[in-house]
Amino acid sequence: MRSFAYQRATEPESALAARAANADSRYLGGGTNLVDLMKLGVETPDLLIDVTSLSLTDITETSDGGVRIGAGVRNSDLAAHPLIRRRYPAIAQAILSGASGQLRNLATVGGNLMQRTRCAYFTDVTKPCNKRDPGSGCPARTGEHHNLAILGGSTHCIATSPSDLAVALVACDAVVHVREGSDSIERAVPIDSFRTLPGNHPERETSVDPAALITALSLPALPIAAASHYRKVRERASYAFAIGSIAAAIEVRDGVVTDSRIAYGAVAPVPWRAHRAEAELLGKPAGIEAFEFAADTELSAAQPLPGNAYKLGLIRNLTVDVLSKLSGVTR
Amino acid sequence: MTSTLNPPATSTTVQVPTTRVDAIAKVTGQARYAAEYDLDRMAFGFIVQARIARGTIVAIEDAVALAMPGVLAVIDYRNAPRLSDAGDAELQLLQSERVYYRGEVVALVIAESSEQARAAAEALPISYAEADHDVLFRTDHPEIYTPEKVNPNFPSESSVGNVDGAFDAAEVRVQAWYSTPAEHNNPLEPHATTAQWDGDELTVYDSNQGASSVHSTLCKLFDLPRGRVHVRSEHVGGGFGSKGSARPTVVLAPMASKLLDRPVRVTMTRQQMFALVGYRTPTIQQVRLAADHTGRLHALDHLAYSQTSRIVEFAEQTAVMSRVMYATPNLRTRHRLLALDVPTPRWMRAPGEAPGSFALESAMDELAAELQLDPVELRIRNEPDFEPDGGRPFSSRNLVSCLLEGSDRFGWRERDPRPGIRRDGRWLLGTGVASSTYPARNAPSSCAITARADGSFEVRITAADLGTGARTALTQLAAESLGVGLADIELRIGDSDFGQAMIAGGSMGTASWGWAIDKAARQLRGQLDASGGAVPPEGLSVTSNTRAEIDAQADVVRHGFGAQFVEVAVDPRSGEVRVPRMLGVFAVGRIVNPTTARSQLIGGMTWGLSMALFEESIMDVEFGDYLNHDLAGYHVASNADVGAIEVAWVEEHDEQTNPTGIKGIGEIGIVGTAAAIANAVWHATGHRQRALPIRPDRILNSANAAG
Ligand SMILES: Cc1cc2nc3c(=O)[nH]c(=O)nc-3n(C[C@H](O)[C@H](O)[C@H](O)COP(=O)(O)OP(=O)(O)OC[C@H]3O[C@@H](n4cnc5c(N)ncnc54)[C@H](O)[C@@H]3O)c2cc1C
Ligand code: SF4
Repeated sequence: MRSFAYQRATEPESALAARAANADSRYLGGGTNLVDLMKLGVETPDLLIDVTSLSLTDITETSDGGVRIGAGVRNSDLAAHPLIRRRYPAIAQAILSGASGQLRNLATVGGNLMQRTRCAYFTDVTKPCNKRDPGSGCPARTGEHHNLAILGGSTHCIATSPSDLAVALVACDAVVHVREGSDSIERAVPIDSFRTLPGNHPERETSVDPAALITALSLPALPIAAASHYRKVRERASYAFAIGSIAAAIEVRDGVVTDSRIAYGAVAPVPWRAHRAEAELLGKPAGIEAFEFAADTELSAAQPLPGNAYKLGLIRNLTVDVLSKLSGVTR
Repeated sequence: MTSTLNPPATSTTVQVPTTRVDAIAKVTGQARYAAEYDLDRMAFGFIVQARIARGTIVAIEDAVALAMPGVLAVIDYRNAPRLSDAGDAELQLLQSERVYYRGEVVALVIAESSEQARAAAEALPISYAEADHDVLFRTDHPEIYTPEKVNPNFPSESSVGNVDGAFDAAEVRVQAWYSTPAEHNNPLEPHATTAQWDGDELTVYDSNQGASSVHSTLCKLFDLPRGRVHVRSEHVGGGFGSKGSARPTVVLAPMASKLLDRPVRVTMTRQQMFALVGYRTPTIQQVRLAADHTGRLHALDHLAYSQTSRIVEFAEQTAVMSRVMYATPNLRTRHRLLALDVPTPRWMRAPGEAPGSFALESAMDELAAELQLDPVELRIRNEPDFEPDGGRPFSSRNLVSCLLEGSDRFGWRERDPRPGIRRDGRWLLGTGVASSTYPARNAPSSCAITARADGSFEVRITAADLGTGARTALTQLAAESLGVGLADIELRIGDSDFGQAMIAGGSMGTASWGWAIDKAARQLRGQLDASGGAVPPEGLSVTSNTRAEIDAQADVVRHGFGAQFVEVAVDPRSGEVRVPRMLGVFAVGRIVNPTTARSQLIGGMTWGLSMALFEESIMDVEFGDYLNHDLAGYHVASNADVGAIEVAWVEEHDEQTNPTGIKGIGEIGIVGTAAAIANAVWHATGHRQRALPIRPDRILNSANAAG
């Protein structure tokens, strides 16, 4: 582990300035991902800028009926907040399905969004990995990839984004607020375009400046989300990342789907908003067949490998089961 | 109890639930572990591991590391002290430029602090001449061979009757292939050694399962007379087989300490353990069973493949269990081995029986289904009177009692045998059963007891307590044999100065040590009785060794037996498997301490569950190491995975096992568990799971394959 300096920022401006002045610096949230990666030698910052004292810890209702969440809010606090539990239950469920109580107490919203992939090659510095060491290669494609992407990957990288929270946020149309320089004003980026697909540059993971500071998230007023649900499948009952997950909400009038929100986790380099499935469902009679067809439409773009092809069936099943449950459809 | 050798049944200390005698020391942090001895001027070593799976070291730029802060030395094959042979080629560390597997120790960096040592170790440039490696375990490899013996010393093959003929002629046949993955021992406390030389006298504080064994290895490696080496291992945080023999820190710390003339501590990281302390070999097994319509076995054929390294042959005794389980006139077991460019597999809790039982006990369930016979009944119908393989009598065998008792407690008799018909919401429900067994052996050990003038006794034995409660059980046994209370016993363990003793392994520790304690106690009581109870001021000491008695033991089969019952819930649409309920009933001789015995058996069963559903070390074929080498990637059961576990034992008095009637309980709990779970998954879903672990993708794929 490389030696590093530590500095606690108390205003966003000073944090941004310190970060801009040193390309080898990193923001430190709860440290639950960054410090692990530093121990492994994957991250080697020489300066940590602690951003947990920036007073970004409020959860407030906005004038338009939405909710604004400070980037420093701890995951546990977000999951427990009445506004979230009542209006966006999938978000609370997603958080509580992840990590452990201790980790959630420490983890921040900003850090959660920025956490890195759990691809085993990425975390082993003795091996090549395009994301960690651009141009070195991607051994996962022919090696171990049973929990890597079936959607949105490239020949250069098929890592999955690990965050449960982000999947629910994508389904709830969240917006990420960032500042990209100490004299900049806050910019709003829809979460669906915040994280980017790997393409030729898997080392780049967001559409914002690498030194951008996440200041907040906002959630729009979204009545449909009040009955949203997050379902996560993992390889043990707790304390494991998803191998497939879904955040969904659906509105059915007179048996016809009038609106839906569907996002998938653990299948793509980004939390995957299932736009095609949503479009497919709109105006269709709610039922198993429609749900299956919607899932298949979304998955038609999938490029599974031998080890992760099972995710197709898994995601299809989760889509049908969760949408059926939410809309009261039975077999 | 029928034997006159057995202690009185009215024991006030044995078979009495007893809290660990070292509990307070442990929870208050007073118990010291190997990496907690802070010695004057101590330096710290960090292991550098090979980044190729096969080849030779070309250059080590130690100047780079030596220039870093605090670095005292870099030891590699060029400057390492020469070691003598200790019968384990993997302990010949830093003796040559050859690399036999990825992760092998290629250098040790020593510095003033462990952080400095680690930083320099990570920065140390090493270049290699890399050769092609071969790490893929498979059964069609041209270099598959038949080992002469399998662990620890069983013949590789056995054959009674004519298996092929009986199989061809049989009314009902089952034959299937089963596989189990490589699995890694992950004791809570990583391996650690603190070493100090005083002239040519060596003292090590080491985390191991047997200070005696480490002691003799060190004497051989460093050519030292027995009296010059002292191994202290007072507290050990788990081992599960991985500390059953000396591992690299034991070699490196004394080496470094000698070179620097300072005490040196070497500890391993969790990640390093995935290459350096052994693991359970992957296995591929075929079981063939033939029976008549009444369910009587006519043939049992068990063929097991496993892997070893290129430098040490370790042949897992995977099929040996099939030699004792069921009556059949035609019985064959065979082992095959493949040497690859991998670390040497070694002991992991219930070597042989753990993977072997998965295949055998799954196949028995398949046969029961084929026969439309209750799987408990099938096992009872094939209960042997004598060892099926060699015809020797059993010292005691209560498998049937376990099966019957378990059936009652579990509610097995109400079970509907049809698969795939019970549903609770999205969950399909099923139940399964399997037998378990584990040998009950004894190994020679010595013990010293001193009667003190104040009426108390000091018992010294080189036993190890890995957290199992051995220290407590031995205190109970000593008190019983001496006819005193627990408070009158001061038991000292984990110090090679106390003489040779068995390791905590093979479920033989408590049995072997208990015997030595019992023998010494009887001698001492005899002397005390002769002297009218008078104890001289300096105390009265005796020593014992059980070699003669053990050599004179009758040639009978000594085994513990058990029956495992489980209930599972399977979501066929997500592939998730849950195990809400487990019951294990065991016949394992006399239970010394019901409190810690229960923990041992629950622990074993939990491990079995973990083996069934989660544990799997994934070989990275391109690079040649186990890819998921940490506890984030290598899943063990979490609390949420463990439902209700009930443990029971049937009364068993076995006077032929040893004078204390103990059979050993450290390993049997894991045996059969995975098969019981796989059988229950079949009962729930109608699909057989013949490959471990039963991951969600496997459930999903089997559902798809069946359409
Ligand atoms: C054992 C374990 C199990 C886990 N299981 C799960 C799971 O099941 N599901 C799941 O979703 N997650 C899981 N996690 C991950 C966990 O959710 C993340 O580690 C956590 O959310 C990261 O938050 P943090 O505040 O600790 O981030 P940090 O580790 O502090 O930072 C992570 C990254 O975010 C950057 N960052 C932090 N704050 C900001 C900011 N305000 N603006 C811009 N960049 C910022 C940092 O520079 C760093 O690059 C697990 C983690 C562990 C260790
Ligand atoms: S999938 Fe991405 S993160 Fe994983 S090895 Fe390939 S490039 Fe690296």
